[in-house]
Amino acid sequence: MIVEILWYVIFSFLAIGFISAFIRLAKGPHLPDRIISLDLISIMAIGFFVAYAVLYDQSSFLDVSIILAIITFLGTVAFAYYLERRV
Amino acid sequence: MAEYIILGIFLLGSFLVLVAGIGLLRMPDLFLRMSATAKAGTLGTGLMVLGAAIYFNEFAIYTRAIALIAFLFVTAPVAAHMLGRAAYFDGVPLWKGTIQDDLRGHYKVTTHSLEEEIVPEKDQPHVEDEADGFEINE
Repeated sequence: MIVEILWYVIFSFLAIGFISAFIRLAKGPHLPDRIISLDLISIMAIGFFVAYAVLYDQSSFLDVSIILAIITFLGTVAFAYYLERRV
Repeated sequence: MAEYIILGIFLLGSFLVLVAGIGLLRMPDLFLRMSATAKAGTLGTGLMVLGAAIYFNEFAIYTRAIALIAFLFVTAPVAAHMLGRAAYFDGVPLWKGTIQDDLRGHYKVTTHSLEEEIVPEKDQPHVEDEADGFEINE
């Protein structure tokens, strides 16, 4: 019982983090704000996949998070490169 | 017993991710936001991956988890540094409570290089005046 409640707490923490990152993505006064919020959203998605892997006992979700980590890094570096060449 | 250790690690990790999200939403300028997300977000996700490795307790999963943690911890600072540098060139305004900016006037926009002496005004990044939504209490 207590374990179930603690899992609810873990997922609600992640969900509130997601929501605040999405608010910053919508609001963000400048382009770099939006880029860092996208970066944080995909890092949070890695955490979400890992939590799902433990909750449903499916270890193959970890492979998805490795791929997502690589894509996130490349995406952020590409955005930074674009931003620096723009000025 | 091991189940509660895993739950504790997951709780700590998800709390750090929550802190990163709130910091991204509430911090007053880009560089403070970046410091919240790059540190707290990476540490929180790394802790959750560690908890998953302890839960599955297999050699293959430990290998993947160590690879994932090492990759996250190497790439997150690199990405944050590149983005911060690009944003400084782009002229993102600093928070009005900033008391020291050692880079002011030292970046040359035309060559994208860091000069030792102050570069002329026309070569400096064009920093906008304080934008909207820059108060802490909006």
